[in-house]
Amino acid sequence: MSATDALDPVADVGGPQQPLLAVSGLSKSFAVRGGLFRHGGVVRAVDDVSFSVDKGEVLGIVGESGCGKSTTARLIIGLIDPDGGEIAFDGEPVGPALSLRELRRRVQMVFQDSYASLNPRLTVEDTIAFGPKVHGITPAEARERAHELLRKVGLDPALFAGRYPHELSGGQRQRINIARALALAPRLVILDEAVSALDKSVEAQVLNLLLDLKDELGLTYVFISHDLNVVRFISDRVVVMYLGEVVESGPVESLWADARHPYTRALLAAMPSLDPDRRTREAPIAGDPPNPINPPEGCRFHTRCPYAEPVCSAAAPKLMPTGTDRHAAACHMVDPASGHSKAAPLRESENA
Amino acid sequence: MSAIADDIVRVAVVEKARGYWTDVGRRLVGDPVSVVCAGVLLLIMAGAIFAPYLGLADPYQGSMIRRLRPLGTAGYPLGTDELGRDMLSRLVHGGRLSLLIGLVPVGLAFVIGTTLGIIAGYVGGLLNQAIMRVVDVFYAFPAVLLAIAISGALGAGIVNSVLSLTIIFIPPVVRVAESVTTSVRGLDFVDAARASGAGPLTIMRVHVLGNVLGPIFVYATSLISVCMIFGAGLSFLGLGTKPPEPEWGLMLNTLRTAIYVNPWVAALPGVMIFTVSICFNLLSDGMRSAMDVRD
Repeated sequence: MSATDALDPVADVGGPQQPLLAVSGLSKSFAVRGGLFRHGGVVRAVDDVSFSVDKGEVLGIVGESGCGKSTTARLIIGLIDPDGGEIAFDGEPVGPALSLRELRRRVQMVFQDSYASLNPRLTVEDTIAFGPKVHGITPAEARERAHELLRKVGLDPALFAGRYPHELSGGQRQRINIARALALAPRLVILDEAVSALDKSVEAQVLNLLLDLKDELGLTYVFISHDLNVVRFISDRVVVMYLGEVVESGPVESLWADARHPYTRALLAAMPSLDPDRRTREAPIAGDPPNPINPPEGCRFHTRCPYAEPVCSAAAPKLMPTGTDRHAAACHMVDPASGHSKAAPLRESENA
Repeated sequence: MSAIADDIVRVAVVEKARGYWTDVGRRLVGDPVSVVCAGVLLLIMAGAIFAPYLGLADPYQGSMIRRLRPLGTAGYPLGTDELGRDMLSRLVHGGRLSLLIGLVPVGLAFVIGTTLGIIAGYVGGLLNQAIMRVVDVFYAFPAVLLAIAISGALGAGIVNSVLSLTIIFIPPVVRVAESVTTSVRGLDFVDAARASGAGPLTIMRVHVLGNVLGPIFVYATSLISVCMIFGAGLSFLGLGTKPPEPEWGLMLNTLRTAIYVNPWVAALPGVMIFTVSICFNLLSDGMRSAMDVRD
């Protein structure tokens, strides 16, 4: 195997039916340091999170800030070690079957802060060529590759290769970050609020670029954002997170049309509407998320939920299928056996 | 896909790709203060290196009848010292030891301190605690006293005083290196480098070093003047240079009794120390702005 082969795209293992990424029971807690005479708490940033990403799809992850979206991203790529749970890439569990280094060839990430994620002392070319060089590509070939990637993300290498990050605009910097993420020929790219800091017009350009690259290179995206309009535009399926837990997941159209979890409904209702007949009249959700150091017992949302009943603070709801294809929600109102007064009655189709 | 924003940029100034240090050099040359300071320092260093070949008077040859001549005396442009030795020759020759004592300990402390500081800052955890707490121990003693104690324990001599000065300058360099490394380490580009599969050594070399060297270097340059003065102090106590060796700190001390007889001559070694210190300080300021690519 020659040096160039080292960065050829990784071959598919499990076929199209096999999810590209399967995350199950992922958990991560951070210890909060207490004072000398005070007990520190534990923040459960990500708590028993499970989802899967199909080959070639865009999975959106949405939620308020602090809900564990970014921690999930960092756990997937191994920047922080999980406390528990399993990550499998194309059927191969990370750890026993797939080393972290090999995983990072297959999964790359684009960060939110386009400036902080570029080394101010390196030129654009050196930044993109760094990954390939680490994986044993010769400097000349890595350079060639960097130029090719610059062209792919719509920047002329003759103009941009020798520039420093501070000489670029926000949109250009984010294109460099995308090129850097693609330099290792990954199959999955995690976009952590990758377009959130950009102007709306530049954001649209970068989103189109991402979709073009996805088709051209056969990529799969995990798209993390708090901007529901953007998520709806780019995603095939969406996972909604609240306080470190998945509260609802499903295909984007089904989720928008028929959100089952009160939190998802509140999020959707909070989107500013341009239609004067559909004006948002009152705040759909009140207050801030509870302190994640001591999250509420039972359903974590019950403190802010308009439909909360005693059962909600007593038991935590499990993620249950809602009946529609691949649509699931963690709410007692979805579970006919929960005892919630608004729980959906048993339907014939579900028994069959 | 064509991007309008990028087409506009095409019209903007096209800069050729060049290395980072070429850039820093170009900016440094553009700063008149830095150029003057570098010139003065080069002159003094060249004088020190080539002192024996400049046709100066013997710096050790004294004359009892020509003691403490004022500035401008025929044959002695900068006068004579308390033993009648030519001040010009002694000042030029004195640069050899003074610069050695000022530069070598700081240089050694810079290399050792930066290495320890970057490792402590990047690796963190227990290793950080171990390194930084040992460094803290050194802070329990005043630096001069520590230098005297180490020099005294090792015995008098140039090598030992260089050694003791190196030891006392390592802790402050480690602290600066550790704190800048810690701040750089938390930035996303270090995470991105880790995510690309690079090992800690590669990341420290490529991504951390370039971003922390500037501030540490500037700080170390500012230590040179302090180091020269500490070296002079050690010489005064008989722990460093010994008479009749010409060395600015030692000369300042031996001429101190002549301050009422011939103040201008007595002040000359101090003028040299002052000039070299201020030049290094201004040069380090110039370096700091030249290394900031965002200007």
